[in-house]
Amino acid sequence: MSPSRAFAPALVLLLLAALIPVFVTANTVLNFIVFTLIIALAAQGWNLLGGLCGQFSFGHAAFFGSGAYAAALLQARYGVNAWAAFTAAIAFAALVGWIIGYLSFRSGLRGSYFALVTLAFAEVFRILANASAFTGGAAGTLIKLDIRPENFQFASRAAFVWIALALVGFTLLLTTAITRSRLGAWFAAVRENEDAARALGVDTLAVKLKAITLSAGITGAAGALYVQYYLYLDANIAYGSWISIEALIAPIIGGIGTPLGPIVGAVTLHGLGELTKLFAGGIPGIDLVIYGALLVAAIAFAPDGMMGLLQRLGRGKVTPNTTASTTTDAKTTGARTEGAA
Amino acid sequence: MFAPDIIFAAVLNGLMTGSVYALIALGLTLVYGVLHIINFAHGATLTAAMFAVYVAHTVFKLDPYIALFIVTPLFFGLGYGVQRFIIGPASHGEDRNILLVTLGLSILIENAMLAIFRSDTRSIDVPYAFSSIDLGFTFLALPRVLAFGVALLVALLLGLLLTRTDTGKAIRAVAREKTGAALAGIDVAHIYAVTFGLGAACVAIAACLLMPTFYVTPRAGNAFVLVAFTIVVLGGMGSIPGALLGALFIGVVESLCGLFFGESLGQIGIFLIFILVLLVRPTGLFGARA
Amino acid sequence: MTKTTELSRRTLLTTAAIGGAATIAMPGLLRAQAPAIKVGILQPVTGALAYDGQQGQIGAEAAIKAINEAGGIKSMGGAKLQMVFGDARSTPEGGTAEVERMQAEGVVAIVGGFASPICLAASQAAARYDLPYIVDVGVADSIVTRGLKNTFRFGPGFGTVTRTALDNLSKLNDAAGKPAKTVVLVHEDGLFGSGMAKLMQAELPKRGFEVLDTIAHPTPSRDMSNVALQIRAKNPDLVIPSSYYGEFALLARTMQQQRIRPKGIYAVLNGAASNFRFVKEFQDAAQYVMDCNHWHDPRKPVAEALRKQVEASGKFWTYNIPLNYSCVLLLADALERAGSGDKAKLTEALMASTFAGHIMPYGPTKFVNGQNEGGAPVNTQVQGADIKVIFPTDFADAKPIFPVPA
Repeated sequence: MSPSRAFAPALVLLLLAALIPVFVTANTVLNFIVFTLIIALAAQGWNLLGGLCGQFSFGHAAFFGSGAYAAALLQARYGVNAWAAFTAAIAFAALVGWIIGYLSFRSGLRGSYFALVTLAFAEVFRILANASAFTGGAAGTLIKLDIRPENFQFASRAAFVWIALALVGFTLLLTTAITRSRLGAWFAAVRENEDAARALGVDTLAVKLKAITLSAGITGAAGALYVQYYLYLDANIAYGSWISIEALIAPIIGGIGTPLGPIVGAVTLHGLGELTKLFAGGIPGIDLVIYGALLVAAIAFAPDGMMGLLQRLGRGKVTPNTTASTTTDAKTTGARTEGAA
Repeated sequence: MFAPDIIFAAVLNGLMTGSVYALIALGLTLVYGVLHIINFAHGATLTAAMFAVYVAHTVFKLDPYIALFIVTPLFFGLGYGVQRFIIGPASHGEDRNILLVTLGLSILIENAMLAIFRSDTRSIDVPYAFSSIDLGFTFLALPRVLAFGVALLVALLLGLLLTRTDTGKAIRAVAREKTGAALAGIDVAHIYAVTFGLGAACVAIAACLLMPTFYVTPRAGNAFVLVAFTIVVLGGMGSIPGALLGALFIGVVESLCGLFFGESLGQIGIFLIFILVLLVRPTGLFGARA
Repeated sequence: MTKTTELSRRTLLTTAAIGGAATIAMPGLLRAQAPAIKVGILQPVTGALAYDGQQGQIGAEAAIKAINEAGGIKSMGGAKLQMVFGDARSTPEGGTAEVERMQAEGVVAIVGGFASPICLAASQAAARYDLPYIVDVGVADSIVTRGLKNTFRFGPGFGTVTRTALDNLSKLNDAAGKPAKTVVLVHEDGLFGSGMAKLMQAELPKRGFEVLDTIAHPTPSRDMSNVALQIRAKNPDLVIPSSYYGEFALLARTMQQQRIRPKGIYAVLNGAASNFRFVKEFQDAAQYVMDCNHWHDPRKPVAEALRKQVEASGKFWTYNIPLNYSCVLLLADALERAGSGDKAKLTEALMASTFAGHIMPYGPTKFVNGQNEGGAPVNTQVQGADIKVIFPTDFADAKPIFPVPA
């Protein structure tokens, strides 16, 4: 497939999405889009490591939170310009990703063990951030409300839509480019059979470190964007398991390992959330019961994710690499765990 | 800085708390060992079981220790049905889908409890709640001592079930080699469901032991899940003795860290040990490799 | 694809709005001549804070009902209040999304939020539209100190609560002949517990108390035995706990079971110590526990009537109910004086409020930078099966029992 054809659907979608704020002025909708895009961005980060490289993480909150705290603290404590802080936050999250990756991959952690060690890191960060005076402790960190573009604060929600869209779009193009590159081939090799890849001379540690660093940087950008949008952060928002789960389920629902999967997944999940709010009558919780049931049903009817479903319906008109891995997960979760009881 | 009797009392507390963790971790590790899935609905199952005990006590006037004999088989049946008729078919045998199905179920169960029971914190009042054994330097709450004994007994029975019965042997066969077991004539779907049922039953027992001294809200079970995950990994995934020893170990670690570093920071102790153990010895502390 | 989902979502949201309005407008048989005034009630009724949200909603609903039954807003032709309820889902982003929806539905103001993070995010979202936002609880002082013109807090913040708690503690201790000299602080490690403990640690020594230890614990906690052990090891005269319901109930139970009997338990902003469920279910453990917290004014017949009404419906009385009830009355009074739902006029009216018809023990309302200067906590003590007010003395309905009789 020629490069133009590989990137075309993504570019068309981005352009269409960028037009939304021109036609839709309802802030309810724009607010929904911004939050969904933040989740999509975090999920894109997860997808790069989990989908492309086959390393499932349960602790992407560690990166989301690191990005968010870096952005918030640089502004609130050191008066750094918001845009500079945003860039630094991405770099910091990537560094945290590299360190966690170095520690766990060097020890040979795979599958569920890797997944749970990331979860433990996120928990340690959460407890530390909640107790430390530097992060504002349990009181959290507030970014001063000062609506000026140079402060990365805008009066119009549309501006945030475009920025979030630009980040999501950039990541989409990056992911697409990776899947078509040599690095993407290495990712796939590690995902499908790490031992075989190593036997063929692939430096699997280096490959996995590249994946987790990029992944952490992207999810960190989502965290920084979150705090820039809501201007408040505490340890449970930053490092809580909610974002680890959001980042994980969106790609799986959307289509794991596909560049569009995380975006489709985030839109599906949050659209579903809005839909079920219709049922929020007098009894709290009913809407979420329906949400849970729909989630189970969605998996039952679209086992390869929404992208897989679309492909089945439209007979393969979507981007390449859609059916990335059905064998991956048996491997990722099964590794090192044979021999029970 | 603390007198020896306080430290000793903290260790005893840790062991008793750990025994409840053990029951929850046993269920999780069993399901993991056989189905190779991480069950996100485990916490919600615990909550549901605690509400079942609550209803048994308030509506049917049943003591939690009597209710144990009803709630446990009930949850075995529920667990069996959920795996056989929901998780199995909905996940199409893919691990990542099972993950999502159990996540969906946990959202469903938690909020169903919220819708039915509302968000009030509920507890039951039993006459022996404040009975204690006087050891001279500390008091041991009777319900917690009972919980400790029952947890050990359940772990023992579960071990016997797996090694001495035909079903247990079938479970172990499926855990080791699914395809081979199927070829040998074992109904894998049935064994999966039985395993899931046993996991739910363990949680139901834990709920019966917890309720005399704990409380229930629609989110109460979640508090126990993360720690149960760490125990399962520390003990070596799928290992019954590992889960038991890991749970008692974590209980004591948590207790002592809490004593010396405060309850909040003490929680870090659990996760740091978890990370260190994994980095140094990735098969788990008790690395049970059958 | 994005385009179509976008369209359907928009239709969806409109339907949601209509559906929501239809369910809420149920008792609208006597459709009044004047159009209804929409009031946003924001509470977390799902997620971790669901209990407090549920209690807050009870109070707000009761107030709207009472106002409408009394003839609505008279200066606006007897217009009725119509509740637009939003579930903040116990998260800041959930609160923000609901503020956007309420604004789209045309509410004149928003009341509620409960937790500080939700209040911070929601009041800021409302500030974009200059939409008046009345905080019900949210004790973090940053809510009112960051200069949002639309944000008003009716109840007291951290600073005021701590100061009052300490003043009353000194009075209590002095009156009893200074039996308490040493203190152990127990607090949940979230925003309110930690903030409280920090202030207490700084202030207690100035008043002659020695802080032997400060024990933070997470919410939720699985076990409070070790906290009890630490208390026993330090053997303080006084335990000062700031925790949510579940943890304090566990702690009180464990202390009783371990026979740990300090001279007093003096809770501050505690989730259980002034909750009737706690008193009913753990009467022994609850006995003589004192709390410095939000509380209704027992002198006001409306407050007592509301309490009876809530208890008759099988619910427990907590401070969220009178606080939200009062916040809605405060808004109704401002609407009455503004004579319109215009946001700027309403904000003006709130700023100038001297409202005294509420059911809290605050006296006339006076906002300075959005904070009600009259807002103050009350000291209560569990005595028998009841929760009595022991401070301030001018409307206390019982004398404090301290130290706890052996």
